[in-house]
Amino acid sequence: MGNEYRIALAGNPNTGKTTLFNALTGLRQHTGNWAGKTVTLASGTVAYKDKTFHLIDLPGTYSLFSNSKDEETARNYIVFEQPDVTLVVLDATSLERNFNLALQVLEMAKNVVICINLIDMAEEQGIHINEKLLTRKLGVPVIKVSARNKTGFPLLLDTLDRIVTGKIECHPMTITYSDEIEEQIKKMEPKVKAIIGDRLSSRWVALRLLDGDEALLDELNKYLVREGTS
Amino acid sequence: MDGSKVVKLAEAEKGNVIKITSIQLDGVMRRRLLDLGFVAGADVEVVRKSPLGDPIAYRVSQTTIALRKEESMKIEGELMSNGK
Ligand SMILES: Nc1nc2c(ncn2[C@@H]2O[C@H](COP(=O)(O)OP(=O)(O)O)[C@@H](O)[C@H]2O)c(=O)[nH]1
Ligand SMILES: [Mg+2]
Repeated sequence: MGNEYRIALAGNPNTGKTTLFNALTGLRQHTGNWAGKTVTLASGTVAYKDKTFHLIDLPGTYSLFSNSKDEETARNYIVFEQPDVTLVVLDATSLERNFNLALQVLEMAKNVVICINLIDMAEEQGIHINEKLLTRKLGVPVIKVSARNKTGFPLLLDTLDRIVTGKIECHPMTITYSDEIEEQIKKMEPKVKAIIGDRLSSRWVALRLLDGDEALLDELNKYLVREGTS
Repeated sequence: MDGSKVVKLAEAEKGNVIKITSIQLDGVMRRRLLDLGFVAGADVEVVRKSPLGDPIAYRVSQTTIALRKEESMKIEGELMSNGK
């Protein structure tokens, strides 16, 4: 069991998540429920060195702020089920749009890998992406792949391996808000931390409370009850 | 030259390009528009108006998105180009 890890795939619709999932798992896919929910997510396995990665294909969304059932499912999985790594799949030809979701994930999870897919198409269009610069700015590994041509996979798998074994430590960039919001976060964070401990990011929870996200608050309550009794 | 003219997205003409300056909406609606790419500083092009002017299709961040008038009335920006 010690060598099994869960890797969740998040991304906008049409970024090639399923293509990547199928290429990596060789279509060894099965669907299953999680945490007693009615939602089914596709999962499949990849063997790498002495490890087994369980890939989970989350619903494709533009955001993770519970405006829809899909967004709620993806968000709840990342935040409450806490996969070992969240792999954010981006469309290399549409990075501006895709980074909305990527930045949201970087705020809510620590172990994140940014996978820039469709790199073959981007190159055709003359789009050049400096992944080293992005890695430095974002504080997490950024890897270019083509799920269709199966390029970039060795580096991607090696990076996942290094994260789960602690050889790479992710330090996702912190997004700084206006002084007014930062002040409120500072006031709330200790109180939030007293309730949730270190299980979730207290900064992220404080932000959602400021946002007035009631669906999240409900989910948080359920989570705390679950955790408290286990 | 001070050609900067502020218009509401709902009032822009086909071909106009507008740089968004403000979104006067709150809550879930605001969040949704931000997620779709209607953020301050973004360039938006009016691609199509339906006969009754509602909804209107906009090009934003490489995607075409239709907004209802009640949404596009609340988004303002500078007219960058009238597309002519
Ligand atoms: N050129 C190219 N096309 C890709 C690549 N990955 C996926 N696609 C195509 O992009 C489309 C969407 O892929 P899909 O895996 O269904 O995306 P999902 O919605 O994120 O699961 C399909 O037509 C794929 O064949 C890639 O790396 N290169
Ligand atoms: Mg898919």
